[in-house]
Amino acid sequence: MALEPVAQSYPTRWKRPPVLLTHPLWRKIILLGGLVYLVLAIQTVEVDWQRVYLGLERGWRFVQGFLVPDFTSRWNDIYAGLMESLTMTVTSTVAGILISVPIGIGAARNLAPAPVYLACRGIITVSRSFQEVIIAILLVAMFGFGPFAGFLTLAFATIGFLSKLLAEEIEDCDRSQIEAIRATGASWWQVVNYAVQPQVMPRLVGLSLYRLDINFRESAVIGIVGAGGIGATLNTAIDRYEYDSAGAVLIIIIAIVLVVEYSSSYIRRWVQ
Amino acid sequence: MLKLDKVSKTYKTGDKALHNACFEVPAGQVVGLIGPSGAGKSTLIRCINRLVEPTQGSITLGDTELTGLNRRELRRARRRIGMIFQEYALVERLTVMENVLSGRLGYVPAWRSYLRKFSPDDIAQAFSLLDRVGLADHYNKRADALSGGQRQRVGIARALEQNPELLLVDEPTASLDPKTSRQIMRLIRTACQERNLPAIINIHDVMLAQQFSDRIIGLKAGDIVFDGAPDALTDEVLTTIYGDEDWTQLRGDNGEQSTDPEAPAVDLAEGV
Repeated sequence: MALEPVAQSYPTRWKRPPVLLTHPLWRKIILLGGLVYLVLAIQTVEVDWQRVYLGLERGWRFVQGFLVPDFTSRWNDIYAGLMESLTMTVTSTVAGILISVPIGIGAARNLAPAPVYLACRGIITVSRSFQEVIIAILLVAMFGFGPFAGFLTLAFATIGFLSKLLAEEIEDCDRSQIEAIRATGASWWQVVNYAVQPQVMPRLVGLSLYRLDINFRESAVIGIVGAGGIGATLNTAIDRYEYDSAGAVLIIIIAIVLVVEYSSSYIRRWVQ
Repeated sequence: MLKLDKVSKTYKTGDKALHNACFEVPAGQVVGLIGPSGAGKSTLIRCINRLVEPTQGSITLGDTELTGLNRRELRRARRRIGMIFQEYALVERLTVMENVLSGRLGYVPAWRSYLRKFSPDDIAQAFSLLDRVGLADHYNKRADALSGGQRQRVGIARALEQNPELLLVDEPTASLDPKTSRQIMRLIRTACQERNLPAIINIHDVMLAQQFSDRIIGLKAGDIVFDGAPDALTDEVLTTIYGDEDWTQLRGDNGEQSTDPEAPAVDLAEGV
């Protein structure tokens, strides 16, 4: 192909064409409408400034308590709550992983037949449709106050989370590796063991550690509705206006989350 | 011996990928399958081990009619058919040894393969094949630590570990440089000669196909439009398969590289 001998003038300016709202007039109308809505919406917000002032004072006391945390006077309660939370977290994560692996495999379209797929997706949907706090309220009502209800709540929530993400990871697997193992005459179990497991293992480990982290944080929340653990301790401290003890609990939670975060990124690098 | 009788494949989308393919491959014959992209080459070889289900026709390997087999019988038939893939399709996070041993999966119960307890014969054969393809020292490396050419050698060892009666080869050189491509083709060719093993090699590079096959089959839009000796592949035939192109000049470009196809196998470890 010969190049054009004559120098042709090409445009020097280019703008990315809009993806949505290609019509310029509609674009202006909708932007303007959004702006009007924003102004009107802000006007409907009623702020009780006196209440804010009162709250500020209490908030300030909280900040003070946080700055001067008191680990000692309620240490026995804090320690007991912490141990309960950690036990709840570890047991529920382990139980959750053990149950979610088969469900996750069953919910992967490229490995499971349609009825199994639908059943497993159903379990995942049920588990994911309720927030932990709501499940905790229900289970506390069923099994009474205490960490057992918390354990069940977290294990149940873990199933929805891990199975779904594991199933998606399995569906995203390199198909040619699965095909190659299948072509050797391998059975279904062998395909899972040789072609799928090596591909999803690092992600499964990463997700499990992430879920451990989430479960610890959630254990503090569900403690407030009666499912035991550090959340119950925190709740009691706040109810008694012992903000210095509450501050101590919060600092411990932050420290533990930090430790889990750093160790999980280390472990994930190690299993890559 | 492999026999295809009126094999057709129509995909669910209505694409006719393959239309009435009929041919026989006697023991020890290396067939080069050429044709433009989308001509049905991949579909054809995947129909043979039923990674793709043919819609019509019958395929016979030895005394076994492959098209009518149930799942268990199909697995038994698949272990008699070795397959080598485009982009290698090794399980990247497994070791080279595990990849080669996965060729025995069809013969080993799932619990044994899970524990990696393969029989001494299987292991000895795997070592000898790795030695044969020039990777004797690499057995404990992870597959993703190898170069492209090395990975394809592992792919060949995996297929041969099955002790197959037929080799299906899908674009073995698609992502390799010209020299490595030649080494890989030579390796496949000599392996077939030593074992009197028939092979169907699906390949884009016409010159490589001519050099390393006993027979060429040309596919165009799902139909077999040429079936004959490599020498009979004239410019007119190439034009029927691929459309107009200056074939003589293409040959001239490649001519200087081509070596004697019957030359004895070079040092297989070269370029490792």
